[in-house]
Amino acid sequence: MDRLLTGIVVVVGVPLATVLYVAIIEWIVARFSFRVREKIRPILWFGPAVLLLTFYLIYPTINTIYLSLFNADSSEYVGFDNYIFAFTNNRMLEAFRNNLLWLVFFTAATVVFGLIIATLADRVRYETAVKSLIFLPMVISSVAAGVIWKLMYEFEPKGQPQTGTVNAFLTTILPDFTPQAWLVNTNTNNPALIVIGIWMWTGFSMVILSAALKGIPEELLEAARVDGANEFQIFRSITLPMIQSTIAVVVTTMIINVLKIFDIVYVMTNGNLGTEVIANRMYKEMFNFRHFGRASAIAVILLTAVIPVMLYNIRRFREQEELR
Amino acid sequence: MASVTYEHVYKRFGEVTAVNDLSIKVEDREFLVLVGPSGCGKSTALRLLAGLEEITDGTIYIGDRVVNDVAPKDRDIAMVFQSYALYPHMSVYDNMAFGLKLRKTPKDEIKRRVEEAAEILGIPHLLDRKPRQLSGGQRQRVAVGRAIVREPKVFLFDEPLSNLDAKLRVETRANISRLHQRLQTTFIYVTHDQVEAMTMASRIAVMNQGILQQIDTPQNLYDLPDNIFVAGFIGSPAMNFFNASIRKDDGKLYVDGGAFSVKVPEERIPTYEAYVGKPVVFGIRPEDIHDPNFAPPGIDPQPVEANVDVTELMGNEIFVYLNSGDHNYVARFDPRTSIRMGNNVQVAFNMANMHIFDRDTERAVR
Repeated sequence: MDRLLTGIVVVVGVPLATVLYVAIIEWIVARFSFRVREKIRPILWFGPAVLLLTFYLIYPTINTIYLSLFNADSSEYVGFDNYIFAFTNNRMLEAFRNNLLWLVFFTAATVVFGLIIATLADRVRYETAVKSLIFLPMVISSVAAGVIWKLMYEFEPKGQPQTGTVNAFLTTILPDFTPQAWLVNTNTNNPALIVIGIWMWTGFSMVILSAALKGIPEELLEAARVDGANEFQIFRSITLPMIQSTIAVVVTTMIINVLKIFDIVYVMTNGNLGTEVIANRMYKEMFNFRHFGRASAIAVILLTAVIPVMLYNIRRFREQEELR
Repeated sequence: MASVTYEHVYKRFGEVTAVNDLSIKVEDREFLVLVGPSGCGKSTALRLLAGLEEITDGTIYIGDRVVNDVAPKDRDIAMVFQSYALYPHMSVYDNMAFGLKLRKTPKDEIKRRVEEAAEILGIPHLLDRKPRQLSGGQRQRVAVGRAIVREPKVFLFDEPLSNLDAKLRVETRANISRLHQRLQTTFIYVTHDQVEAMTMASRIAVMNQGILQQIDTPQNLYDLPDNIFVAGFIGSPAMNFFNASIRKDDGKLYVDGGAFSVKVPEERIPTYEAYVGKPVVFGIRPEDIHDPNFAPPGIDPQPVEANVDVTELMGNEIFVYLNSGDHNYVARFDPRTSIRMGNNVQVAFNMANMHIFDRDTERAVR
């Protein structure tokens, strides 16, 4: 009952407060002369947003940077020790290596597959069905995906009936195939995890690229066809250059995505057996080992890695806006 | 350079027959214009020839070669699209060179041809620009340039002037005619604008609802339309039609429209005799209805009583909207006429240029 009351207060109170705020500032603004009014109105309107962002975004960022220079319980200044740890510790180096693997293979595969599927689906009548199917993993929660793929990668010793789909499939088509413990074998566990990521995110890149493909006027492709281009040449000389900026957006989005990759690894292996990634490492330092300094240092490193990609994305977006 | 032949060509989209038994032979170096209202199948007919749509039934030849199953790129045709379809990421030069590059033409040959085409079209200063930096008229020229550098056997134009303003359209119309003279190649041109068709074509093919209505020279099409559709489509304002009957009286034939009765010229009597007493459609063009005071000599004027509904002064002429009984029709009068709105007047039908159509088949009686 209490909760219901709180709910009602929030649902009614928040809009009411907003309206009240607007009414009050407009009442205040109206007291001033026209010239002053035009100067203070924008400040009063976006002031609250700036304040909120300061509390929820800027302050935590600065505080994280500050904490990263202190020891585990933030009682002692340690300089750059946490950063030195982050760049020398074996588990951390393993995480960096794995993130790099993710960065290369996950990004390349999601974009390339997304582009191929979008292009092919564009030419068939059952396009919507195909695209819905490919997009489906996107809406599944990572934990559920983890359960699905645990079953996919399930391992039984050779000779036993294989309950894991991957092993069952491979032993059926290749009678000599030795079933693999995909998530345990250190040669296969990282690729196995990356495959899950690709399975989840290809739909996203497909949808964005598909929209870009639809934006190319049909007459342009027909003109190229009459001009003497075959389908492959059209793809290379017309389609690719025309969706270039969209591809760049998808690539950068995927890079940002992959730098923060956490859920799949956390659910499937928790970073054991050589599958550690930076974000999972940060989580462990923070919540398992309670080392605020190290966790913060890792967070700062992640943030620094993401910033250039973000800036590139924003610049690109601006350039595109100017072209319009 | 090549002739183009459609032989009993059909194109169906599901239930809809867009092109219905089309047979045309376009001679080498001819300028054929396909004209008709939107949705009449003219664009589809052109796209079938370009290979952008598959033929449902029938045969299309370019020269002696059956091209039904030939890919567009191997048909040796060039096409100018309504939207121009310029490649936005390429410069004007690259747009024009694209087709040649695909054919592995030597670089200096590409340069020579592009520059020559640019010269013909008056766009050499634009070669480094991107399409979005060009005006509509300039884009249109680049689209034409892209077609001519290829030196194809057949040029296809799909409503290339409909995105230009009126003045530019008139100018470009003349340029395209000139281009045809210069290139001496087969042109096939689709438009819904009968003025474009009349001014440029060596022959016009009129289409309606997927069916070829008539194909002939502009003058013949205008003077001797085969059916009511062609008669009404070619000419502006359109020909006036009256439901009427043929009456024989004292060895002479009359067109009886109820509110008026006009005598048929002597030499047409044998042609129309079989229709005596039958319902027909009587057609007469607005320019064949005159103010009797300004009727030119040498016509066969027949008086008709009419009421003036509205007059529209165009400067060089006046469109006069008349009614006689239930019939509403338009006349083009000499601007010196003293006729005013609301007047009851006598106008003169020039029966030498009359048309009679069978009311059931809608075909001209000749």
